Amino acid sequence: MKKIWSMKQKVAQEEAAHVGPKKKRVTAAQLRVQKDLAELSLGSTMKTHFPDPDDILNFKLTIDPDEGMYKGGRFEFDFKINQNFPHDPPKVKCTQKIYHPNIDLEGNVCLNILREDWKPVLNLNAAVVGLQFLFLEPNASDPLNKEAAEDLKANREGFKRNVRASLGGGTVRGQSFDRVLK
Amino acid sequence: MANANISSVPIGSEGPRARWKYLDNILGRSGPFTDPDWVPGETVIESLERAKLLVIGAGGLGCEILKNLALSGFKDIHVIDMDTIDVSNLNRQFLFRHADVGKYKAEVAAKFVEKRVKGVKITPYCGKIQDKDEEYYKQFAMIVCGLDSIEARRWINATLVGMVDENDEDSLKPLIDGGTEGFKGQARVILPTMTSCIECQLDMHAPRAAVPLCTLASIPRQPQHCIEWAHIIAWDEERKDITLDTDDPEHITWLFQKALKRAQEFNIEGVTYSMTQGVVKNIIPAIASTNAIVAASCCNEAFKIATSTNPFLGVPDTENYMMYTGDEGVYTYTFQHLRQPDCPVCGDDSRARPLQVNPNSTLQEFLDGLAERPEAQLKKPSIRSEEKSLYYQSPASLEEQTRPNLSKKLNELLENGEEVVISDPAFPTQFKYQLTFKE
Ligand SMILES: [Zn+2]
Repeated sequence: MKKIWSMKQKVAQEEAAHVGPKKKRVTAAQLRVQKDLAELSLGSTMKTHFPDPDDILNFKLTIDPDEGMYKGGRFEFDFKINQNFPHDPPKVKCTQKIYHPNIDLEGNVCLNILREDWKPVLNLNAAVVGLQFLFLEPNASDPLNKEAAEDLKANREGFKRNVRASLGGGTVRGQSFDRVLK
Repeated sequence: MANANISSVPIGSEGPRARWKYLDNILGRSGPFTDPDWVPGETVIESLERAKLLVIGAGGLGCEILKNLALSGFKDIHVIDMDTIDVSNLNRQFLFRHADVGKYKAEVAAKFVEKRVKGVKITPYCGKIQDKDEEYYKQFAMIVCGLDSIEARRWINATLVGMVDENDEDSLKPLIDGGTEGFKGQARVILPTMTSCIECQLDMHAPRAAVPLCTLASIPRQPQHCIEWAHIIAWDEERKDITLDTDDPEHITWLFQKALKRAQEFNIEGVTYSMTQGVVKNIIPAIASTNAIVAASCCNEAFKIATSTNPFLGVPDTENYMMYTGDEGVYTYTFQHLRQPDCPVCGDDSRARPLQVNPNSTLQEFLDGLAERPEAQLKKPSIRSEEKSLYYQSPASLEEQTRPNLSKKLNELLENGEEVVISDPAFPTQFKYQLTFKE
């Protein structure tokens, strides 16, 4: 077996000699996103929209939760993927102003796998599943919208009423929200 | 010729190594093919016994391979197979008995060989090769494949090529691959990244005969078409929530009944249960002796690589591929299959496979043509260039947006010489082509 490795060193040297010219090539990020898109499983509650279909690194995702307190709403997220993907996670923002403990009024999303726990082995599917989960199980212990998180902690029923009001474009704690009902 | 150095290995018909008498003739002394610095005796026997081997597949070839490896002095063998034993296997898969029908092949084969060859340890895994990661494959000295699936071969090949780390000698795993089809077969040795790989050699496999879906759906002509229709279309329409298990007799019976009914509607004769099973499981007729010949060749190579007693197939710039044909007399031919510098798996990443295309053909025609190319054989291709999303199978919105491209001509979509990348969920790797327009 040692013998094979010494043969390998020889092959490697010979190969360094010829490297072909580089033409317009599909980038590594595009390659990976293409693969991830093929593996994306959106089910009936999620849809993508590509404003420019030729650009697969930028798209929108809508989520229509079919259960939980956000049922009835339609939520839209903007995905921006850079050329360092999958080394860098996709940048994800909610395009609407919504009342949610883990999403702030600017649309920033607090989801571990989109930031600290992102690993290149994770794929876009993991990200969309994570987002969907936020609407089923809003998490008060990890707040981006502190008021909403406090409401959720203090009184679940009251929080639910606030969610209903916000989905219809109402006002909660003096803050008006976008109407996001389907 | 080097002097015989018998060292302390007891050679003879008695004692603990009596069973290995003839093996010891090779391991216990230098021969005309051993290197000058090769030391016969205990060290090499030990390295043979310690070499941990993985056998993929415990079917027709796998039974032969496991038996041969155990009888060649390997003592630590692992085997992966996801299948259970079917009564139709018993004529040639000789490690299985009637009472084993329904049990896992890997488990039964491991037990049988352990019982017959004392001192060998065989560790079975009943599941898919895709269940295991690089860490798992890293523990083996080499891998011997006895598979009937091109997809599985491509997967393990891509995995082993991807594992090679230029700074780690242990990351390079020789792959010995055997394959048979009727009276034909081949044995080949691949040293990932050093010699031509399975992906480089994909043109050696005949493309799978796939019938266009529209034929199946509207104008079946053969009994097989009715079976494929039941398999691909009817199942999804009526039993979408049940995952088709081709080893489940109830599932095969359901497909058989559906196919039969459809065949009657179109006045087609010949649909049977066993044909249904054959089509759905893509069964290729197997000849026991072809398996024996190919497995023997694979195991010879494994033995030579592990012990360095003799030159083996696959040394760079030498022969790496043995083909055997037994349907008319006996014919074997051993040759060097050259590494493809543009191999989508082991080739230089910066290069795409050159492909001449007719600039006036449509994207749809181009994709249809790719499905027939032996090296691609794609089922659900998505394709892009650096600038354009040419066609995506999914997600749904992108499919809809890119669908109009299918009827456009290639010269409307691409410049001459552009690179395209094609992915298919069935394959871990992506295919790159540099498309040049024919005059
Ligand atoms: Zn290759």
